[in-house]
Amino acid sequence: MCAAHDRLTEMKLKTFAGGIHPPDNKQWSAHKAIEDCPLPAELIVPLAQHIGAPAVPCVAVGQQVFKGQEIGSAKGFVSVPVHAPTSGEVVAVENRPHPWGTSLPAIVIRADGEDCWSPELEPADPGELSPEEIVEKVRQAGVVGMGGAAFPAHVKMSPPPEKQIHTLIFNGVECEPYLTADHRMMLEEPERILQGVALLQFVLGVERVVIGIEANKPDAIALLTEMCAGTPVEVIPLEVKYPQGAEKQLIAAVAGREVPSGGLPMDIGVAVHNVSTAAAISDAILDGRPLIERICTVTGPAIREPKNLRIRIGTLLSHLVDACGGLAEEPGKIVLGGPMMGFTQLGFDVPATRGTSGLLLLRHEDVPLHPEGPCIRCARCVQACPMNLLPTTIGAYARRDLISEAAEYRALDCIECGSCGYVCPAAIPLVQAIRYGKAAILAKKRKA
Amino acid sequence: MSKVGQQLYLSSSPHIHSGETTVKVMRAVLYSLVPACAVAVYFFGLSALLVLLLATVGCLATEAVCQRLMGQPVTIADGSAAITGVLLALNLPPTSPWWLTLLGAVIAIVIGKQVYGGLGSNPFNPALVARVVLLISFPVQMTTWSAPAPLGSGLDLVTTATPLGAWKNAVMLTGQAPVELQGGLTQYFLGNMPGCIGEVSALALLLGAAYLLYRRILTWHIPAAFVGSVVLLSGLFWLVNPAKYPSPVFHLLTGGLVLGAFYMATDMVTTPVSTRGMLVFGAGCGLLTVLIRLFGGYPEGVSFAILLMNAATPLIDRYLRPRTFGVQAGKG
Repeated sequence: MCAAHDRLTEMKLKTFAGGIHPPDNKQWSAHKAIEDCPLPAELIVPLAQHIGAPAVPCVAVGQQVFKGQEIGSAKGFVSVPVHAPTSGEVVAVENRPHPWGTSLPAIVIRADGEDCWSPELEPADPGELSPEEIVEKVRQAGVVGMGGAAFPAHVKMSPPPEKQIHTLIFNGVECEPYLTADHRMMLEEPERILQGVALLQFVLGVERVVIGIEANKPDAIALLTEMCAGTPVEVIPLEVKYPQGAEKQLIAAVAGREVPSGGLPMDIGVAVHNVSTAAAISDAILDGRPLIERICTVTGPAIREPKNLRIRIGTLLSHLVDACGGLAEEPGKIVLGGPMMGFTQLGFDVPATRGTSGLLLLRHEDVPLHPEGPCIRCARCVQACPMNLLPTTIGAYARRDLISEAAEYRALDCIECGSCGYVCPAAIPLVQAIRYGKAAILAKKRKA
Repeated sequence: MSKVGQQLYLSSSPHIHSGETTVKVMRAVLYSLVPACAVAVYFFGLSALLVLLLATVGCLATEAVCQRLMGQPVTIADGSAAITGVLLALNLPPTSPWWLTLLGAVIAIVIGKQVYGGLGSNPFNPALVARVVLLISFPVQMTTWSAPAPLGSGLDLVTTATPLGAWKNAVMLTGQAPVELQGGLTQYFLGNMPGCIGEVSALALLLGAAYLLYRRILTWHIPAAFVGSVVLLSGLFWLVNPAKYPSPVFHLLTGGLVLGAFYMATDMVTTPVSTRGMLVFGAGCGLLTVLIRLFGGYPEGVSFAILLMNAATPLIDRYLRPRTFGVQAGKG
């Protein structure tokens, strides 16, 4: 592993322009093998867990459900069903606190402890399935992008016929500090990932398949490189730099091409899936099992024992904390996801969803609280911006409600990675101001 | 159930910060100026030290008074006024009378900075505004140069001309470069020549600049473009008529070129934010410097060149925006 690491440091690694180097803080959990989180007594499964229309409930209170049984049906093309994470009784269909910061419809299931799979779920032989059948099974299994954005996977698997995909990129970058869920998955369950890779390759009929991994995971790079030897799959180590795992930046690093402004990767013949999504696709086809669990890194200085947990969707955060030995210290901030793009929570009474890649607990002293000062035009944000924008200018316009000016400086191209806010010595909330500006631009467009 | 007792912070991402602050940036710039100040005191003695102290204290006091008068919080601890003070001193002759130095400090802070709204809002480099106002208003005091008298050498400060001044005089009188300029290139590099307090030692300035580059407070773009364009343009003239025009090395080591290229032209507030903008800014500074030096009324043109380019900065920022990722060149 050390030799592999030395080789990586000597190589000229691929990457994108711009970006930042925050401390990765992965040492807390990177060496911890994936552990099964104990099954909680009650699971709260939100119907909205993905980008697109929320699912609609198809079970009633009092009904017994099997593990993996569909309990919420998809509504529309950009939508996926949700499934019971364990067997038990539906005890409520009502609004519950949701990680998005409000109360949203959820199905509450009291576990019966049997954890009994639905007998209707059957493994399939992928050799006998057509690409369309595979896509449909992936949709039925509720697979969404596992990197955090939770975009329904089947949509990306069925590009319109005029968009021929020639390069399929798997995202094993995990550039968010602290998070190690994808890293552990690559180390411990590479077969699941590679089966999913093969399925996606077949569905999209692509020539080039790449797995991109940041060079701070030399063990995963070495393992996957070895396993992919003799296959068309190429493992590419990437420079350790945030946001290397952002879709556009990953494509730029791996394929040397830029996704056009306002466009999608498929516009340049590329599709990107997270490695964990590939694993979920493999489960959906080979085992016939829907997406009811995921790996989640519970970490940060305020947790007693950081871990990589295999959790059921719908597990309350409080249960995750208990599974990690409880709190070491009073938390100052509860973050779902990573510290660069994650969402803060009001408490531990919200459930983990399909997009919950991490639960990060920061102490009070870890929360940066510098008073904001005037911009000294140091241009650090300009150098850091992976989209080549002028964050200080856009932010200043947005804060003055000069919306068309913010749009003229291409605020809508911002991917909200937060690099500008991270580097700003004047502690100006740059990405936050730009987010506000983007929302205002879109609102104005809708009105027009 | 894990209970959360005390307050929890809710905010949108990012939830971590680099830890870099404006104060740390300013402090690093001050540290980087220590070698240049030390060399100045060594060559020009206590009079240089006095100018340094007066200018710095003058700037801090003026800023505090301004902010108090305007009912704003006093932010002199952020280090920016101290930098203006030190840079102003480095741009003054070592023999500057006390009133000239203090007047410069007041001009720098009031006219150069606070009237525009304070830190981050000034279009022109405050120290250079003060220097140019003083140069035009008090030409005698501002161009009375003394030969260096290193500490312990027992020499008194003797009035003399700067290398650039000597060259300009000779060209004006004879149309030819002087047969022999005092000192030599090595002495210029070390700082053993007459000039402003901070202009003399390229070596000390480069040491400080190296520290700033290492700390990533300075990027190479402006200094490289500035120095590069000076070398190119002055080299062109020198190749055409070496009897009249001095060599590029002479241009680099004399006058305020190194101070200007690495410290005055790199003031973040008054320079472009994009990489291409910085290159254009630096090149413009170099071009104007050489033209003023060779054909202008003043022997030295660095200050004027930088101020003129400061004025062009908003324009440069507007027209040289970086090409946004995913946008084809020329389309926005």
